[in-house]
Amino acid sequence: MTAIAPRRRTAGGILATVLKQRETGILIALVLIVVAATVRNPGFLFSADGYRDLLLTPSILLLLAVGQAIVIVTRNVDLSVGSVLGLTAYLTGRLFIDAPGIPTIGVFVAGILLGALLGLINGALVAFAKVPSLVITLGTLYIYRGINVSWTGSDRINAGDLPVDFRGLGTGQLLTIPILTIIAVVVLVAAAWYLRNLRSGRELYAIGSDPAAAHLYGLKVTKRVLSAFVVSGALAGLAGVLYAARYGTVSSGAGTGWELQAIGAAVIGGVAISGGVGTLWGAAIGAFLLLTINRALPILGIQDFWQRAVVGALIIGAIVLDRVLAIRQSRRLLEARDAS
Amino acid sequence: MDTARVPSGAPPALELSRVVKSFGPVVALRSGTLTLESGSIHALIGENGAGKSTLVKIVAGLYRRDAGEFRLAGEPVDFTSTAQSKAAGIAVIYQEPTLFPDLSVTENIFMGRQPSGRFGRIDRKAMRAEAAEIFGRLGVTIDPDRITEGLSIADQQIIEIAKAISLDARVLIMDEPTAALSGVEVERLFAVARSLRDEGRALLFISHRFDEVFALCDTVTVMRDGSYVATTPIVETTVDELVRQMVGRDVSELFPKLEAELGDDRLVVQGLTRAGVFHDISFRVRSGEIVGLAGLVGAGRSEVARAIFGVDQYDSGSVVLGGKPLPKGNPRVAMARGLALVPEDRRKQGLVLDATVSRNVTLAIRGALSKLGLITSGAENASAQVWASRLEVKTAFLDAEVGTLSGGNQQKVVLGKWLATEPSVLIVDEPTRGIDVGTKAEVHRLLSQLAQEGLAILMISSELPEVLGMADRVLVMREGRITGEFSREAATPEAVMFAATADAGALA
Repeated sequence: MTAIAPRRRTAGGILATVLKQRETGILIALVLIVVAATVRNPGFLFSADGYRDLLLTPSILLLLAVGQAIVIVTRNVDLSVGSVLGLTAYLTGRLFIDAPGIPTIGVFVAGILLGALLGLINGALVAFAKVPSLVITLGTLYIYRGINVSWTGSDRINAGDLPVDFRGLGTGQLLTIPILTIIAVVVLVAAAWYLRNLRSGRELYAIGSDPAAAHLYGLKVTKRVLSAFVVSGALAGLAGVLYAARYGTVSSGAGTGWELQAIGAAVIGGVAISGGVGTLWGAAIGAFLLLTINRALPILGIQDFWQRAVVGALIIGAIVLDRVLAIRQSRRLLEARDAS
Repeated sequence: MDTARVPSGAPPALELSRVVKSFGPVVALRSGTLTLESGSIHALIGENGAGKSTLVKIVAGLYRRDAGEFRLAGEPVDFTSTAQSKAAGIAVIYQEPTLFPDLSVTENIFMGRQPSGRFGRIDRKAMRAEAAEIFGRLGVTIDPDRITEGLSIADQQIIEIAKAISLDARVLIMDEPTAALSGVEVERLFAVARSLRDEGRALLFISHRFDEVFALCDTVTVMRDGSYVATTPIVETTVDELVRQMVGRDVSELFPKLEAELGDDRLVVQGLTRAGVFHDISFRVRSGEIVGLAGLVGAGRSEVARAIFGVDQYDSGSVVLGGKPLPKGNPRVAMARGLALVPEDRRKQGLVLDATVSRNVTLAIRGALSKLGLITSGAENASAQVWASRLEVKTAFLDAEVGTLSGGNQQKVVLGKWLATEPSVLIVDEPTRGIDVGTKAEVHRLLSQLAQEGLAILMISSELPEVLGMADRVLVMREGRITGEFSREAATPEAVMFAATADAGALA
């Protein structure tokens, strides 16, 4: 992507390579894990189910991770996405039960709108009340889940409540690629294009890189942060609808803990938790890596307890790696400056 | 200078007249008046606290004026945001530019108004080409693709200037741009400034360095105590004249200095050096003595204080406290040995804003107050009471939160906190910054009394009258070195100002 300035090997050029390495690094890790698991058990990749699961399982998390990454880039965080997913998944089921014959597209719109509304609440509280997003979304995590529990009660949506063609979305394939994966990748491509090529997308990076400078530049910080949360909420809403399609069963606990996986995916993918750095592609690969590891480790004969520890080590390792790269890069830049 | 082109009859590019701005009881700008002509470089000089920065922030749209007139090319304007000021063609280049460290140089120049094509897609090629073209025009070699992190201050300023050019700003304000630059970088900046002037833009150059003002500018405006003093064409004035205009006031009346008995050396600093920050700093402070450490912001004074206290490291040199060497990099030992440092930024480094007055005052003596590891609020209050009353902290209750107090009272609480440790040497960094005149006098009276009681005080201050009024001896720092030492009698405003601003060559 970056044309390295012709004259000398510049710091910017080095950075571009480093950044590239950052995403290729996790991609290589992902490939290695798939290969290792496949060697141990060829069915991991080469059975029809194995291949499908490989693509299908991370697709819903991918949507959450993309939304999360957009928020993290602005130096915020959205802890409520798991609860938003739970609410919209239940809404999806209720719509099919309470309004029989409702077109599937209507359910998608409803889910996305509800998610966007919940995201708007998060964003408004963060942007206008000037309270750190960590606190706000921790609060809404519980509030949204509470609403879900009191709405659902001990009830739950069963696969039988959902129309067959809707459930077909969750398991169906198009040219051997799961439909869910296609939806997730389309969203990913669109969002990544937006973040890279539109002014408002670049401004999200600027805000995360230095909020004070963003104010001095006269950027619409409040509006941008607000819309990042709306997008994150809307994507969580979409993920909720797809969750219902994929799993069929929706209880009041659907999506619990997914917010942490989404953050983990973004961080593993190289999105800096301090904002301003990272790509959605990285976050997406992070989502794939996180869930593929979960499936591969039992095959590789690693005990249950250690599986979680490995995921934790992965997240910490990713952060340490980013830190080391950042320190090394700034030292290199300083040396380049002294040398000139 | 001879190339200055003033369009005859056209209104000035920017005109401020009797502009007023206050923050609560503190009047930052009493009467700001400034006229910038197109095609001309205008200097704005004055001591720290003269109101220059406030004036600039009003022009930049960061502050809103309380009163006075503000016209741009003859039209009255009233900015409520930086975006408005920018849209009106004003660009401000701050001493420490604020850029996005993670983004590329090109993106930093164009952020918020990138050239875009179909579907609003940013045209990176065009953007990069324009950045390269601007750099070419400025005659600098900065890679437009690199990220801005790690760029020197000088290069960051060039990026700010490139930003201003790409905006086609008609008015460029440079707030002490040369403070952190090397000689070569200053020359490059001046060349850029002159070419911008020749393009017909109006430039405002704020600086403390007279040689630079005379080398670069066409006209000069002097401010003092938040008010306009005079505007003169540069060819019709001299350094002496400007210094007189800057300081012109009687200093001894404001601060009653009590006579104190001078005792032994309490603090002896020998050859203290930290590469790139300060060099070969040597001085001593005796018991009962107030030594003023004068100089401009950024001269390295606070850094020396922090190194002595042990918050920062130093490379070589020694500190002797009360006759015994003080280990470096250990504030805990320094405190135990009777050294106290009242920091410059009291809100960040001196206070726990959410805690009560008594909690704050007793913060530094927690160890002594505790019984079996517990501190009762009774003990806290009893100890805080002593200092609060002595310092006349105007707060009804000792359990009021410090954050709710006025700046002056906050400063007294910080002083109280350190005095509660019963130090033998006190270092105060800008003890009266941002507090009102009445409280200022109280702080001065207190420091003077403490010296009389035998405390050795090192007072860092950027306010000349304060230094001259309070200190028994004045040390002057400039760019990390001590460039002058004056006895109380010899310390005239002109002499100190000269040591703080002039070249080492000019001093000799």
